[in-house]
Amino acid sequence: MSQQNPDVLPHAAAGSVGLIEPQVHHFDTPLELECGRTLPTYDLVYETYGTLNSDASNAVLICHALSGHHHAAGYHRPDDKRPGWWDTCIGPGKVIDTDRFFVVSLNNLGGCHGSTGPASINPETGQPWGPDFPMMTVKDWVNSQARLADVLGIQRWAAVIGGSMGGMQALQWSIDYPERLSHAVVIAAAPKLSAQNIAFNEVARQSILTDPNFHGGRYYLHDTYPRQGLILARMVGHITYLSDDAMRMKFGRDLRAGRFHFGFDVEFQVESYLRHQGEVFSRNFDANTYLLMTKALDYFDPAREFDHSLEQALAKPSCNFLVMSFTSDWRFAPERSREIVNGLVHAGRNVSYAEIDTPKGHDAFLLDIPEYTKLFGAYMHRVANEVENSANETENRATNVEASTDA
Amino acid sequence: MRDDLQLISDWIPHNATLLDLGCGDGTLLAHLKTHKQTAGYGLEINQDNLAACFEKGVNVLEQDLDGGLGNFQDHRFDYVVMTQALQAVLRPDQILNEMVRVGREAIITFPNFGHWKVRAYLGLKGRMPVSSALPYEWYNTPNIHLCTVQDFETHCRKHGIRILERQVINRNHRTSVLSKWWPNLFGEIAIYRVTV
Repeated sequence: MSQQNPDVLPHAAAGSVGLIEPQVHHFDTPLELECGRTLPTYDLVYETYGTLNSDASNAVLICHALSGHHHAAGYHRPDDKRPGWWDTCIGPGKVIDTDRFFVVSLNNLGGCHGSTGPASINPETGQPWGPDFPMMTVKDWVNSQARLADVLGIQRWAAVIGGSMGGMQALQWSIDYPERLSHAVVIAAAPKLSAQNIAFNEVARQSILTDPNFHGGRYYLHDTYPRQGLILARMVGHITYLSDDAMRMKFGRDLRAGRFHFGFDVEFQVESYLRHQGEVFSRNFDANTYLLMTKALDYFDPAREFDHSLEQALAKPSCNFLVMSFTSDWRFAPERSREIVNGLVHAGRNVSYAEIDTPKGHDAFLLDIPEYTKLFGAYMHRVANEVENSANETENRATNVEASTDA
Repeated sequence: MRDDLQLISDWIPHNATLLDLGCGDGTLLAHLKTHKQTAGYGLEINQDNLAACFEKGVNVLEQDLDGGLGNFQDHRFDYVVMTQALQAVLRPDQILNEMVRVGREAIITFPNFGHWKVRAYLGLKGRMPVSSALPYEWYNTPNIHLCTVQDFETHCRKHGIRILERQVINRNHRTSVLSKWWPNLFGEIAIYRVTV
């Protein structure tokens, strides 16, 4: 992200995947969910960057985090101010190099950016699903993602990659579809939420649930939404995404007006920032989706099915793992990543682990941090080389067969 | 590949599992993976080395040896290897104990501080020895726990660590008649295979 020519629009700049058109696929095959219910039909919205090679072996799946969506890289319109949420990592010549990989990024089921979710119309009632939308789990998402892979003709992902809740999906992929991925990249994640993690999620949920405009989740029918609840939920969430140091560096105790007002209006910069983040979020995110996504996080615990042994849960995966964490992340601290690593080591899996030294907190996984970019890039370089070497081998074999047929 | 790494790789049988403490850029692990189908992990803290291991496709975990090996079960590996790092850890005795706990056998290499040139440097010049095997000054050296062949063997004897094999080599990584007979005086790098 060095010097950019001011005359060049961002989407046309080197390193950008450019203008991107999201696509929607409608699925008619009912999806059985972990909660026991079935989703009869559904849509998944997704974007792709780069080109799928002839044997469909260079595909990479990006799994999004709590408030993420399908728009991971590039721009939708030339006048978009900001690119997709992981544009720092995805693009030509970047860590996830779209000159070498075919990248797929989708909005998970239950989301509010185009995939079927609580705000979608329930075909049975003709009304928005609202609170009747079935509870989703990480496992359900992985199943739906596998169906998207089928649609795209991808039998095996070169890598499934995600940060935070996205990392949990990558981990679940390795357990549920071990034969369908070569690498799992699990960044700033945890093998399950701690009581403290669940506690923060519960505060966020309660702020939404108790908002008078929530209307039991049927606020769509009242032409309103639990704005205040969403703002609070995001504010508390956001505190956990930043570190103490990051907040100190960014805001310190700076006052907006330079002096105390002895009132409850915004005085400190950090208050202003949190309120702003909450405001923006509340305009762009569906409250029912927020409730559902935080519950999916709480439920995530792949070891549970295996007698609470992570080692046993990880006995099936055959892929290679890269696990990364950030020193100042206290939402999913390095110790949580090391739990995953230890589980993998005990299970005898191929795993590499890096702990990035940064004061940026949990959000570091979205940022362009030199050390992170270098290590993540080195790993993805290897993945791309493996894809290209095996493609060359296949080609050579094919040529040899042709040659022998000729003879 | 460095000759000491070649020597070590000769000691490791096919399909062995191993843990390489301070694995550097992963040369040894990559070599053994290709030529002996070994499986295992390296531990490393240097970012450039981690990146090099990632590129090579060698399993490497960012982990500080001074924190111990508590995350690995007893006898998890056939071999635990540590090349040229024993003298740089905070507690060589503790890491040695950990190595023989986690591995069925441990392979250790270190620069021999008893080599005649080192002795001569200190004895004649009266200054802390600097050589190709010990290239640092006293104030910036990471080598904080240097020992001699005799120190190491005495320690092993005292603490019930059995020495299965020993090689001492000179700076050209060759064994000589002298170093065979007087390892503590003529060996520059000592290589041991030990167990409990």
